[in-house]
Amino acid sequence: MPVLDHIWILLLFPLAGSAITGLFGKRWSHSLVNTFTIGSVALAFLATLELTREFFSVPASYFPVVRTFLPWISAGQFRVNFSFQFDQLTLLMLLIVTGVGLLIHIYSTGYMGHDDGYYRFFSYMNLFMFFMMTLVTAGNLALLFVGWEGVGLCSYLLIGFFFTKKSAADAGKKAFIVTRIGDMGFTIGLLLVFWTFKSLDYSVIFGRAAGMPVELPGHVGVLTAIGLLLFAGAVGKSAQLPLYVWLPDAMEGPTPVSALIHAATMVTAGVYMVARMNFLYAHAPVALFTVAVIGALTAFYAATIALVQTDIKKVLAYSTISQLGYMFLGCGVGAFSAGVFHLMTHAFFKGLLFLAAGSVIHAMGGEQDMRNMGGLRKKIPWTYATMFAATLAIAGIPFFSGFFSKDTILAAAAIGPHPHRILWTLGLAGALLTSFYMFRLLFLTFHGQPRYDEQTVHVHESPSSMIGPLVILAIFSVGGGWWALPKLFGGRDYFSDFLSPVFSASQRLMAATQGAGVAEEVGTNFATDLLRVFWQPAVAAALLGLLIAWWFYIARPDTPRRLADAMRGPYKLLLHKYYVDEIYGAVIVSPLLWISRNVLWHTVDERVLDGMVNGTGSAARAAGGQLRRLQSGNARSYATWVVIGAVAVLTLFIWTMVRQ
Amino acid sequence: MNGIPLSYFLVLSAILFGLGVLGFIFKRNIITIFMCIELMLNAVNLAFIAFSRALGQFDGLVFVFFVIVVAAAEAAVGLAIVLLISRNRRSLNIENVDEMKS
Repeated sequence: MPVLDHIWILLLFPLAGSAITGLFGKRWSHSLVNTFTIGSVALAFLATLELTREFFSVPASYFPVVRTFLPWISAGQFRVNFSFQFDQLTLLMLLIVTGVGLLIHIYSTGYMGHDDGYYRFFSYMNLFMFFMMTLVTAGNLALLFVGWEGVGLCSYLLIGFFFTKKSAADAGKKAFIVTRIGDMGFTIGLLLVFWTFKSLDYSVIFGRAAGMPVELPGHVGVLTAIGLLLFAGAVGKSAQLPLYVWLPDAMEGPTPVSALIHAATMVTAGVYMVARMNFLYAHAPVALFTVAVIGALTAFYAATIALVQTDIKKVLAYSTISQLGYMFLGCGVGAFSAGVFHLMTHAFFKGLLFLAAGSVIHAMGGEQDMRNMGGLRKKIPWTYATMFAATLAIAGIPFFSGFFSKDTILAAAAIGPHPHRILWTLGLAGALLTSFYMFRLLFLTFHGQPRYDEQTVHVHESPSSMIGPLVILAIFSVGGGWWALPKLFGGRDYFSDFLSPVFSASQRLMAATQGAGVAEEVGTNFATDLLRVFWQPAVAAALLGLLIAWWFYIARPDTPRRLADAMRGPYKLLLHKYYVDEIYGAVIVSPLLWISRNVLWHTVDERVLDGMVNGTGSAARAAGGQLRRLQSGNARSYATWVVIGAVAVLTLFIWTMVRQ
Repeated sequence: MNGIPLSYFLVLSAILFGLGVLGFIFKRNIITIFMCIELMLNAVNLAFIAFSRALGQFDGLVFVFFVIVVAAAEAAVGLAIVLLISRNRRSLNIENVDEMKS
């Protein structure tokens, strides 16, 4: 099995593409840059397809495969290797990352075609692919952390891609610093993992965790602490409450970046990490419940903000935060495969939504405000059709991909290993809001009368390099969830069946700790019946959202204005995003700046540190000023000093002799 | 010279050396200072030879040869420097030669 045994080859393609293009690509033509960067991602995708073939050529029990290639760190007990783990979850993530990544790379050739930093953009994108693939293939937490920080770096570089624009540079810094807060917890979590298990390898961690008791509420211990600390990293990386504030600002980056990094792949790294560490979380129900609570709260909270945003990308940004919340809700209630399912479908439809939004922005000549759009349906029919499919998917309209994944999550929240009524209600309310704000976006952008100046803005359909990826993603947005289709008719959910080897141990454990009455595996036995019971409210919510949006923005277009006037307070609260940025600014950023400026800068740095350095300098100068008087230039005074010295030495000599 | 005790030689050597030191410190003429240096060197030579003879060893004599050689070399270089100074400054006063002061 050529690729499976040398899985590092997979990572080499985008790394080489990034390095070669970044170092030498400055004067290259666009097509040469495309050859290297898109070629590298295409090769990585083909290699992943070959990996898929190899995967199915051996029995599933062969996995997980762990391949160690080189030692990396060896210091005392602390040993880390360049080792890669390959199993069903890795394969799925690789397919998503390389597949969606390839499509977005192709799209970018059209979208970025007029930009000066063409080679730089693709070099960063390739580097991102490298780190993201490192993240998902890593066989230990240290290597995962390398990918984790690497994608953060690429996110920073690409958000601030238009670095001459202050808001873009600031947004890049904000993304980096805010995620760093979560990574602080993640790093401590890594240390705690090593302290507890004496290793960072997944296999060793899970092997040793199996021998530890489940930390039920009231008996929380180190596993719960590890779970919470690692989740802190996921909160930062996946933009959950309270560290979500960087993601809306990250929309300053080029739209393909928003699609690839801030919708389809990087922000889902937190979900992947939680799913990867599922066995650990199964031992820490308290940490897992925290994941579910944060997820459900974020899913609802971000959806409310998305209701009133007018920037097309901002709506999608808050929508992403909200959907990530669903994924965490799924993982948190113990249905890891449901969370990963939503991760996959979300990569399809949210990637598509962003790319379609990019196509709209492209068509409008850079306009992002939906209030200045309208009636684009006829002008850009391909973009409209694909975006419509994605909207149906994200809203959870039956038989589109989002319907299967979101409803599996909601079903799990209702009767999963760790069910919770309030969380389910929050999720359901979020689903209603999701449907509403997405159709609002669609109607505002594509329906109604044009609200732009048709004389100056020449709306045009995007080139085929952009439409092609849209169409392919639209197909997956529609059909990406059909793995679970047979379940609706009493059959099996092939998605969770596929992933069950990864999660089965934790499912059994959670079933055992919950006692009887909970099915062995989420998404198979019990979900068959559950989906029938619980899909009705979820579908009703989706359709209701659609209806309200239709009423507000097509049937009675003056309703939103009147409603906003009637509910001035709540409307302003939402419009200003609950003033969270302002609160963070006042409570955290300004005190920090004050302390940095007045204490650390003007006192510690200028007085203490500079004082020490300057003091040493002036002491040396003063001593030198005195000593230089000795060098009079007069030879006879030198002679005098020699004589005095000789006499002194002689005296000392004689004195010691006499004393003896 | 058999009858003369060692201390006589040493006292003479010390007196000569002291004169050399005093002359070196207090005289202004470079030639005189130069001669004072020679005086100090030869005072030391005298002490070496006296010890050599009194102790019946040749180490002191060897040292003296070295000192004489060094003194000859020093005289050659030193007199050349003195000559240049006198030519450039039309003076042999050591107090005029103080360019190296800080």
